[in-house]
Amino acid sequence: MSNMLLKGARVIDPGSNLDAKRDILIKDRRIARVEKSIANRKARVLNARDLIVVPGLIDLHCHLRDPGRPDEETVETGSQAAVAGGFTAICCMPNTDPAIDNDGIVNYIYKEAARVGLCSVFPIGAITKCREGKELTEFGELLKAGAKGFSDDGDTVADNNVMRHAFEYSKVFDVPIFEHPIDKNLAQDGLMNEGLVSTRLGLKGSPAIAEELIVARDLLLAKFTGARLHLCHISTKGAVELIRRAKKEGVRVTCETCPHYFYFNDEVLESFDANYKVNPPIRSEADRQAIIEGLKDGTIDCIATDHAPHCQAEKELEFANAPYGMIGFETAVSMIIMELINKQKMGWLDVITKMTVNPARLIKIDAGSISQGSVANITMIAPDRKWKVTEDKMKSRSKNTPLMGYELKGRVKNVILRGSVKYSLKD
Amino acid sequence: MNPKKDLLSIEYLGADEISQYLDLADNFLEVLARPIPIVPSLRGKTILTLFFEASTRTQISFSIAAKRLSADVVSFSQATSSVKKGETLLDTARNIEAMKVDGVVVRHSAPGAARFLAERIDAFVINAGDGAHEHPTQALLDLMTMRQHFGTLNKLKVLIIGDISHSRVARSNIYGLKTLGARVAICAPPTLIPLDIKELGVEVFYNLDDVIGDFDVAMALRIQLERQQSGLFPSVREYRTLYGLTKERVRRMKKKSVVMHPGPTNRGIEIDPDVADSEKSVILEQVKNGVALRMSVLFIHAGGKIE
Repeated sequence: MSNMLLKGARVIDPGSNLDAKRDILIKDRRIARVEKSIANRKARVLNARDLIVVPGLIDLHCHLRDPGRPDEETVETGSQAAVAGGFTAICCMPNTDPAIDNDGIVNYIYKEAARVGLCSVFPIGAITKCREGKELTEFGELLKAGAKGFSDDGDTVADNNVMRHAFEYSKVFDVPIFEHPIDKNLAQDGLMNEGLVSTRLGLKGSPAIAEELIVARDLLLAKFTGARLHLCHISTKGAVELIRRAKKEGVRVTCETCPHYFYFNDEVLESFDANYKVNPPIRSEADRQAIIEGLKDGTIDCIATDHAPHCQAEKELEFANAPYGMIGFETAVSMIIMELINKQKMGWLDVITKMTVNPARLIKIDAGSISQGSVANITMIAPDRKWKVTEDKMKSRSKNTPLMGYELKGRVKNVILRGSVKYSLKD
Repeated sequence: MNPKKDLLSIEYLGADEISQYLDLADNFLEVLARPIPIVPSLRGKTILTLFFEASTRTQISFSIAAKRLSADVVSFSQATSSVKKGETLLDTARNIEAMKVDGVVVRHSAPGAARFLAERIDAFVINAGDGAHEHPTQALLDLMTMRQHFGTLNKLKVLIIGDISHSRVARSNIYGLKTLGARVAICAPPTLIPLDIKELGVEVFYNLDDVIGDFDVAMALRIQLERQQSGLFPSVREYRTLYGLTKERVRRMKKKSVVMHPGPTNRGIEIDPDVADSEKSVILEQVKNGVALRMSVLFIHAGGKIE
């Protein structure tokens, strides 16, 4: 493998607290040197001037629909979309068909990801068999095959005793339980956030407490059992407050939010555009502000996409009948730049921490840093580049994003995985 | 989307626009009183009434209104609980577009369905009820009826009683009444009141007996009996006891007050028969005004000319 030299980049490396102009020399899949100026005649030079260079981004939460719905996404098309969005590692959720509840399916996903070879794909195994909320899966076998955590995804384990046992059993392996916190009885198949906007639109609401009740339950169970809890796609003010308090008490909890929870508020639902229909729903402006506060003060550890592809025919139904979810890989960096960085709510180091070192630590992988000796996974971002979201630009097999047709700012330019360029933006 | 093309909601209408519909409807009442109550305004126009939810009276009201304007009317109704079972609304829209109708009157159980259609076809769309969202022509005919009775809606005190959560009639009326300067209150158990409704500028009461004496208008909403099964109130009997418009309650209302109901009524539940048939009741006025009001709406949106 030839050497590569990145020249003149602004390097953001949270692991070494670095935010400065640097050259980076890559040798044999690893980072050989990070210095103010490197000269190396043998290396292939990549001009990185005006670019932000960060460790390859890690997404803790996506849906690849593989196995089960190849018309919506596969490991292959999902990987293509992920690298186009700057991700070199992604965790896929087990709500596939069949569910990721045995080592065979974990092996299948690894095999597919290796064949495609664009990014690392780490499956999250189901907590219970067939995600039915009854019997635990074989955590040990799933982990040995490469699963990185456990979740029943949108089918939150309702039985508190089953959940207690899941937490207890996870301690054998010191592995986090990924919870999609929603109390289905309280949520009542709600179509959007319950509040003034749902009242005005006559759309059935899903209240914030449907999320907060399970957050509170799981925090209590995590405290009681001493197990690790990772709360997925947190969207409400109350959930942020509960987690903040639990962290102070020493509960072993981490959590993530998604770009759409700090970019939009529920007034966007006035359009009745089913691409805004997600679970948990886009919340009120007060919730959105609280999410941003939670990101700033460290209560929220990670930013994940919850990339959720759905075929056009299903999203083109009336709002009430369309499925939940929006795609997110390819717009995440733009949304973060536009809402958090450019509005000066957060700096690059803080944001990138939540997309590299924090998720890497959570699932215990050797990734997320740009320093001498680390694996050369690198994402290069053009922060001021304007682009219009169009169907032909999106690599995901599904096109369900409410940002379709909008002009965004900031785009991923190149992605390097283990020393080789896996993605380059075509000008 | 050209807002003038369609009538999808009352929420975004100004007082002038609402008055325009009502004034023209008053004129059409005169037409309806003629020996031959027909005008040629929409001759050659085709109106499709598309009802995905069972409703006889609204569909009939629209059909009569269209015929009084000399339009051709085609009616389709298919009650579907889930659209997935049949043709999608999108396919329906494409078919309508191919058949070149001038206007579509649509009722559907999904909020936003009328708008969904309006964004995809050239024909004008009149929302005849989209889930719990809006029912603009019902609100307009209610406003027309109140204006007839009281002369103005300014400072009129209107109490809407019943299942506000699931009611498109309540929402459209709240918007229209507020825009025309009325004071609006709702009365229901909290299980039937949607969150944050106070932010729309309405007062909220739980106890009907405490407040009914203060109002010019008491509008009872139809209570769907399946709400009882989903636990939103314990029994029909208790509902009537707490929220039914009974003779005793109506007797305590103001002297010139009226009782309204969008129909169809559950007699003996939200309204007692002797109230529905009493002098205070303007329920049949509402139905009569409904035809004139819908003529006005169709006329305006079909671009009719006054002869």
